[in-house]
Amino acid sequence: MTVGNSTPTSAAFLSTLKRDLLIAYRRKNDVVNPFMFFFIVVSLFPIAISPDADKLGEIAAGVLWIAALLAGMLSMDSLFRADYEDGSLEQLLLSPHPLYFMVLAKNISHWLVSGLPVVLVSPVLAYMLNLPAESYMTLFLTLLLGTPVLSLLGSIGVALTVGLGSRGLILAVITLPMNVPVLITGTLAVQQTLNGATLAFYLAILGAMLLASIALAPLASAAALRISVN
Amino acid sequence: MLSAANLFCERDDRVLFQGLNFDIEEGQVLQIVGSNGSGKTTLMRILCGLNDGYKGMISWYGEEISEQIENFYQSLLYIGHRVGVNKVLTPIENLRWGCSLQAQLEDEQLMEALSTVGLRGFEESQCFTLSAGQQQRVSLAKLLVSPAKLWVLDEPFTTLDLRAVQHLENLVAAHADAGGAVMITTHHDLKITNLSKLDLG
Repeated sequence: MTVGNSTPTSAAFLSTLKRDLLIAYRRKNDVVNPFMFFFIVVSLFPIAISPDADKLGEIAAGVLWIAALLAGMLSMDSLFRADYEDGSLEQLLLSPHPLYFMVLAKNISHWLVSGLPVVLVSPVLAYMLNLPAESYMTLFLTLLLGTPVLSLLGSIGVALTVGLGSRGLILAVITLPMNVPVLITGTLAVQQTLNGATLAFYLAILGAMLLASIALAPLASAAALRISVN
Repeated sequence: MLSAANLFCERDDRVLFQGLNFDIEEGQVLQIVGSNGSGKTTLMRILCGLNDGYKGMISWYGEEISEQIENFYQSLLYIGHRVGVNKVLTPIENLRWGCSLQAQLEDEQLMEALSTVGLRGFEESQCFTLSAGQQQRVSLAKLLVSPAKLWVLDEPFTTLDLRAVQHLENLVAAHADAGGAVMITTHHDLKITNLSKLDLG
């Protein structure tokens, strides 16, 4: 029997992160779907509401934020489902490392794959919606800080519902109320900085939300996972 | 090493077992037998800490298990009905991740383990192209390289062919001889010396 050295938690964390990125790379649907959804939803607004540049400019920030939120939710369900179905989740729960870090690794990988592309493309779509030029940076930065919060919070809901046979809308019912403060802060930041408020204030609030959810959400997800496999 | 005292579990108002006492010692193979639905899988999941719907005391080397869960998980290898093999990853990638949670191993060791379980030539095929038995073998390759002392195997023979069954049986026996312990559910007759049985009825 070959006995290797026992793994430090950092190595297990990186190994889990690499595995999830590799799976995402193999299952390109999971990467492309939220991105396409974001793109399609946003591009429908000029068609449905009005191609009038001024009107679009007013609603642009809200549209982009809502589309990013929904795109994130669309992709959330895949976070633990495959692992639950093939038994990898049990192996994760039985690892000798704190489940917090394992869940955090999965969350980070999931955001890199489904959240980051949406953030990166948002300035292009903002241009299409005629967002005032001085708001580009605000929108980009608030999405950059806000979408990981949405992912981390969503992960709690996914962890709670992964064991259910038919999930339907229950995931949205659980996670949407938690997402609303982020949505309010994000859209308010864009409007208020146009009116002369300082951006740093809103970034500080979103940053605080991000740090709090990095510290707490994986703990809640881990506890929820233990309940779900029970 | 692992002992259970006065274990009680009921599910859906049906008592699965009560007053269950047993120990697993180093060098022992414990076969859990019982009819379908008698709670074999539930018992294993309880012992591994995946199910907390029980009353009673489980201890690891004499101390309550929740007090030293990390030591316990460092020494535990559990293979359940769902074998923990991701379908889009290749066998080597699955094995690399599965093992990395417990031990740092070289890729050569993993490759060798895969060819020992008869997956030579399949290391780089995605697992959805493999048969159920081959996927089971991917999970069993972990037995060859894991440092775990306690193996908990839930119906490991179901999808294996006769030669693989024989091979696994030898592995189990060798692990017990080397001072490990194995807990196994199966309806096969195991030809292993120092085999003890626990009947759940």
